[in-house]
Amino acid sequence: MRYLPHTKEEINAMLQTVGVDTLEDLFSTIPSSCCCRMGLNLPEPLTEWELNAHMDTLTAKMAVSPEYKVFMGAGSYEHYTPVAATYLLSRSEFVTSYTPYQPEMSQGTLQAIYEYQTLASRLMGMEVATASHYDGSTALAEALLMAIRITRKKRVAVSKLIHPLHRRVVQTYFDPTGYEVIELPYLENGKTDLAMLEELEGLAAVAVQSPNFFGCVEDLKSVGEKSHAGGSLFIVSFTEALAYGLLKNPGSQGADIVCGEGQSLGLPRSFGGPGLGVLGSLTKYMRNLPGRLIGRTQDKEGKDGFVLTLATREQHIRREKATSNICTNNSHCALSAAVYMASLGGTGFRELSQLNHDKAEYLKNELAKAGFVIPFDSPTFNEFVVKFPGGFAAKYNGLLDKKIVAGLPVETYYPELKDHYLLCATETMSKEDMDELVREVLK
Amino acid sequence: MIETIATSGLILNEPLLWEKGRKGRSGFSLPRRDVETSPMDPALTGEGPDFPDLSEVDVVRHYTRLSTWNFGVDTGMYPLGSCTMKYNPKTNERQASLPGFSRSHPLLPEKLSQGALELMFKLERYLAEITGMEAVSLQPAAGAHGELAGMLLIHAYHKGKGSQRSKIIIPDTAHGTNPASAALCGYRPVPVNSNENGILSAETIAAVMDEETAGIMVTNPNTLGLFEENIKEIAEVVHAKDGLIYCDGANMNAVMGIVDMMEIGIDVLHLNLHKTFSTPHGGGGPGSGPVCVNKTLEPFLPIPRIVSENGHYALSEDFPQSIGKLDTFHGHFGVMVKAYSYIMSMGAEGLKKASQLAVLNANYIKEKLKGVFHLPYDRPCMHECVFTDKNQAANKITTLEMAKRLMDYGFHPPTVYFPLVVQGAIMIEPTETESKEDIDRFIDALQHIAQEAKENPQILKEAPNRCKVKRLDETAAARKPCLAG
Repeated sequence: MRYLPHTKEEINAMLQTVGVDTLEDLFSTIPSSCCCRMGLNLPEPLTEWELNAHMDTLTAKMAVSPEYKVFMGAGSYEHYTPVAATYLLSRSEFVTSYTPYQPEMSQGTLQAIYEYQTLASRLMGMEVATASHYDGSTALAEALLMAIRITRKKRVAVSKLIHPLHRRVVQTYFDPTGYEVIELPYLENGKTDLAMLEELEGLAAVAVQSPNFFGCVEDLKSVGEKSHAGGSLFIVSFTEALAYGLLKNPGSQGADIVCGEGQSLGLPRSFGGPGLGVLGSLTKYMRNLPGRLIGRTQDKEGKDGFVLTLATREQHIRREKATSNICTNNSHCALSAAVYMASLGGTGFRELSQLNHDKAEYLKNELAKAGFVIPFDSPTFNEFVVKFPGGFAAKYNGLLDKKIVAGLPVETYYPELKDHYLLCATETMSKEDMDELVREVLK
Repeated sequence: MIETIATSGLILNEPLLWEKGRKGRSGFSLPRRDVETSPMDPALTGEGPDFPDLSEVDVVRHYTRLSTWNFGVDTGMYPLGSCTMKYNPKTNERQASLPGFSRSHPLLPEKLSQGALELMFKLERYLAEITGMEAVSLQPAAGAHGELAGMLLIHAYHKGKGSQRSKIIIPDTAHGTNPASAALCGYRPVPVNSNENGILSAETIAAVMDEETAGIMVTNPNTLGLFEENIKEIAEVVHAKDGLIYCDGANMNAVMGIVDMMEIGIDVLHLNLHKTFSTPHGGGGPGSGPVCVNKTLEPFLPIPRIVSENGHYALSEDFPQSIGKLDTFHGHFGVMVKAYSYIMSMGAEGLKKASQLAVLNANYIKEKLKGVFHLPYDRPCMHECVFTDKNQAANKITTLEMAKRLMDYGFHPPTVYFPLVVQGAIMIEPTETESKEDIDRFIDALQHIAQEAKENPQILKEAPNRCKVKRLDETAAARKPCLAG
């Protein structure tokens, strides 16, 4: 096996040093009742040639661009990653290193993630951002738990227009804790209904997503004011980070904690993972943040450098009293996001964001012109809901055979919204692709 | 100093990103615009993020220079105990980046994602076979997430029986994530000590196990690199009071094809694909932490689960007792592809051989260095061995100083000051992918460092000398945190 360097002679010499005769003898401390298994029942090992062929066969069963036109976002977006970024991200000094526990040998990762924390903070309008979490859903769960720690209140209000799968993960995290999650309904305009907030007391946090699951931009300022008036923290989540190239960032609208999914920032969709959990807050809540943080310092000769810091919040020091159990995070995904943000720059990020908005607006307008209903009239970014005529499901399935995925059936998550579909168009969709979709749904 | 692989070369300084660049530069090629601009309501629009504008060359040089300040497995030996820093095969990277996988949307209709579902279904089966367990969920995103999954499963099990429990037994050798994960489920950790042999005694567990205790979190082999020989008796004690056995599988690399985890009494075990199954650590993730369970806990596994009928793969939510979802979609699929490729490349014999050689390498290091460093538990080890700095105390040299000095010899230091039960611990896990000559060189370096500790301790106190920076002021970093520029 090419990954195992030992020759027979070396194995024998080493066994002799250890003082045993065979490799099996190395396991003599394992009681015979616990040892030793007969052969595992696994497929015969493949050569690299066979493995390539096998994987090519598996991937041939997947529907991806450019062969398929997938007008589906819903928390996982198709964006173009510059080839230069992909090359940089394959540098094995980044890929094959561990968590930077030994800073003198890990300054590359440390500076890069410090820069990521900075860019992520600027994007969200926050003062600090953590080094990363698993994905948008776990970042949200951790943000809500953080608000509970800060306020010492035991219930949170969460908009029903936060990604339904993110809310399900929150439920999983909250189930054994006894903390309560209250869902805020939505209005006819596709925004969160805040009426309930007046009556709710003892909320640790109010959380909304913007743009929300229907793609609509929430009125963050007013949600923030209402949360603060009730004495709760204001949490904003997101699934499409690129929107903040165009929209006001959540920090400027009064958010205390911002969290979301950073997959849009140069990460492949990769069937949903790994993504990037982004989480930031105001400095005053810094010591309550979950997960790793990287800080700037100096070496003993006064040279600038970076280290993991505020570790007394973390599990390896605080154990059961830690602010989270997270250890391994999604560091390389954060690096990807940093390289992506650096490649676009402020100017490019703005332009790309505008282009995403324009593409989706074009599609939305064309569908409206063709007579389809756009049920929510609030402004949207790069995805929106459309209501197709009753019985569209059959047409939807027919389009799959034509290699078009006409969005996501919203009914799966909101049973009251029959025939509603969530459609997304990023910069990767051409006018021609969108015109074809409109033609096909009209047929 | 002996002739080492470490030397000093030309390392370039590189400023922070935002100290470079000029307004108006760009490193991104926008597609040609084929639709009109559609203005967004000015009340909603902001100014866009304050990112520096850089050219493609600016970006490429920046990250290339940063990368040269790092050390990875591809650079050299990385014997970080409990982390299994084995070689990460490059073919796995090819497979994970195939467009059919990397471009696939997680919510595609099932018939359009059969390849990914088939891979996940089979990976679950293979992991079940390797551990001896009966069912697997690939959803947990990392080891600690797998631990949380395990705790949630145990919590759901007792809840289902109408008798929620409040405590969990955690040995003194446990990873810090164990008590932190248990705390998320409201369990109060009950600490227990290992015995004079560095392992748990069934009597110790019997003394604390009661009907308020949900079970025990054991790491086997444990973090001292020792096999928990009494595990079957411990399992009997815990099961007798309807508690469950959680095994932290961080150290599975020692026992693939050798120990059947279900046979020794484990109810739930998590694996680290980024340790045992060769996927790269990426400077701290992404990992993947599947949970493997027996039939008792299977009904509680996260949903959706992958099911197969007549060669068709589907996602099913029809598991009413499930603990729910653990992440947005299916877990870290990209990492799973790499682990699957590894298993397919190694086969049954290859995996067993990997464990045997990992254990051989660790025992070889232990034998070669036990005269030089204090070995608190002088018995056959598994895939890692733990020394201390006791012998160097006379020269006032600590583990930290020896670890830093190792960098000057061109090695990443071992894990230090863990496990907590051993004062000044030096925890060495070479893994099976290090050759005898690299291991001999490592042993040589440590022998020289021990010599330097006697003859020239100052050089250790100043180490490292060959890295980009000298020792960093971590106290100042924590006292006055500067977390963004």
